[in-house]
Amino acid sequence: MTRTKAITLYVLLVLGSLLALLPFYWMITTSLKSPVEAVRFPPTMIPENIVWQNYPEALRVAPFGRYFFNTIIIAIFTMIGVLITSSLAAFTFTFIKFRGREFLFISFLAMMMVPLPVYIIPGYLILARLGWLDTYMALIVPWVVNIFSIFLLRQHFKSIPISIFESAMIDGCSSFQFLTKIALPMVKPALITITIFSLIGSWNTFIWPLVMTTSDAIRPVQVGLAYFMQEQSTDYTLLSAASTLVIIPVIIIFFIFQRRIISSYMKSGVKG
Amino acid sequence: MKRRLINPYLAILYLIPVIIIIGVFRFYPILFSIRASLYRWGMGGPGTFTGLKNYLTILTDKYFWQAFTNTLWYTVFTIPLTLFISLFIAILLNNKLKGIGILRTVYFLPVVTSIVAISMVWKWIYHPEIGLANYLLGLLHIPPKNWLSEWRGIFELITNRSLPLFLKGPSLALLSIVIMTVWKGLGYNVVIFLAGLQNISKEYYEAAEVDGASGFSVFKNITWPLISPTTFYVLMMTTIVSFKVFAPVWLMTGPPKGGPLGTTNVLVYHLFDNAFNYSRYGYGSAISIFLFLVILSLTVLQKKVVEPRVHYG
Repeated sequence: MTRTKAITLYVLLVLGSLLALLPFYWMITTSLKSPVEAVRFPPTMIPENIVWQNYPEALRVAPFGRYFFNTIIIAIFTMIGVLITSSLAAFTFTFIKFRGREFLFISFLAMMMVPLPVYIIPGYLILARLGWLDTYMALIVPWVVNIFSIFLLRQHFKSIPISIFESAMIDGCSSFQFLTKIALPMVKPALITITIFSLIGSWNTFIWPLVMTTSDAIRPVQVGLAYFMQEQSTDYTLLSAASTLVIIPVIIIFFIFQRRIISSYMKSGVKG
Repeated sequence: MKRRLINPYLAILYLIPVIIIIGVFRFYPILFSIRASLYRWGMGGPGTFTGLKNYLTILTDKYFWQAFTNTLWYTVFTIPLTLFISLFIAILLNNKLKGIGILRTVYFLPVVTSIVAISMVWKWIYHPEIGLANYLLGLLHIPPKNWLSEWRGIFELITNRSLPLFLKGPSLALLSIVIMTVWKGLGYNVVIFLAGLQNISKEYYEAAEVDGASGFSVFKNITWPLISPTTFYVLMMTTIVSFKVFAPVWLMTGPPKGGPLGTTNVLVYHLFDNAFNYSRYGYGSAISIFLFLVILSLTVLQKKVVEPRVHYG
């Protein structure tokens, strides 16, 4: 590669990445400005005085502590549920032969085609009938099964040589022991991927809890932030502080696991 | 002869939780929606059976057609912007340079960030009086725009005259949302394209180099045809995701009305509005079934028409 070509590449890529980062920069700097400085025009690109006050103020004006707590509860229980159901289902679809197995698996996959908006109205009416509206149940139970996770785990289980399974069975291992002691430890990377996707998904989920919750006691962070946005529609320093708090956990997870996250997205795309 | 190693009835036991959840929250809701769409289903429950009346109402509801047109405009603008910008960045990133991994991570960051926080900051950037966008335009001596509160069509704004409805194009408000969602989804599509580019054998490029081909002709004759399965995938995904757009519309321009003069009212917003602000569950279900059928037929159409022209290397 010639020098000029390398320099052109860098310049284009760095300019592009600045555009990708600009809104984040704007969110964070706005959260550190005083309300007076934030509404000045032309705007200051760097805050004149760093003001931390917006953060405690945002936490005081809306019950963000409660929202965070709700999201953490929802995220943890959903994650545990997804790990259990995907392990059991993927194991069954890989190692147990029964009539109609392929048909059942393909009908599960077909469910992935149905867009979320189709589920909103019936989901709401079904949860209403169960008496689950505005409870954690409404936000956890429908999401403890993730079809893509079942699919992903099954792909990994298939790479386990059938002879390992057979000899374990012959040695008197129960199928549940085989699953927990032998199969799952062999697919750890897939389990980590599923865990990360589940956590990020729960953290960012918005439309479903927007419809299914009405009280602050149950609302997760994204819905809390959305209502905060409507109530404080002009106070962008507080909104920026709240938004920064809401995105920080995911950004930390993303930077720790970025290689795995990006490559999982890559694979999911190519296979789809 | 093979001994059965495992009792097949265990399958039932292991699948019970999955089958119950999928049954109750994935499969049954679809039947429920179809049924609800045939009733005048309101606050008080099913009400009277009305057959296809909800679907006929859709066809004569001018707000539905506005939402449908807006969704089409949204999709038509999102697709080319997404495809070309993300392919361009992917080609740039597909070079062995120092620090390329960090740049890839940076482009990906918006993908994992919540749509609510992103919509908040873009709404702030688009602020008509003191927003960053107008400030930056001002540096380039371009007059300020109303962004999210601009109902006039973009072709109207460009030509600066009043045009008949079908020539107006999407409102600048809708286009502002397009710009934001293209920006947010870019990193995902870049990564998908990168995976596709890395699957192209290096030999083609080496042969091209020997033949003295370079730049655009390499792109036109090697990259573009060989990347086409990925392009096809991105095209399909972008279309489906665009038809489902809701959150940024709700967050940035609604409620109550779906944007200035309803010009950002999209299908799912219309569905949401009818179901949860007016308790018209039957009518809303009909919209959702319509949306599902549109997405399904687009998928089939793309598979039948576009896929045969895709080059699988």
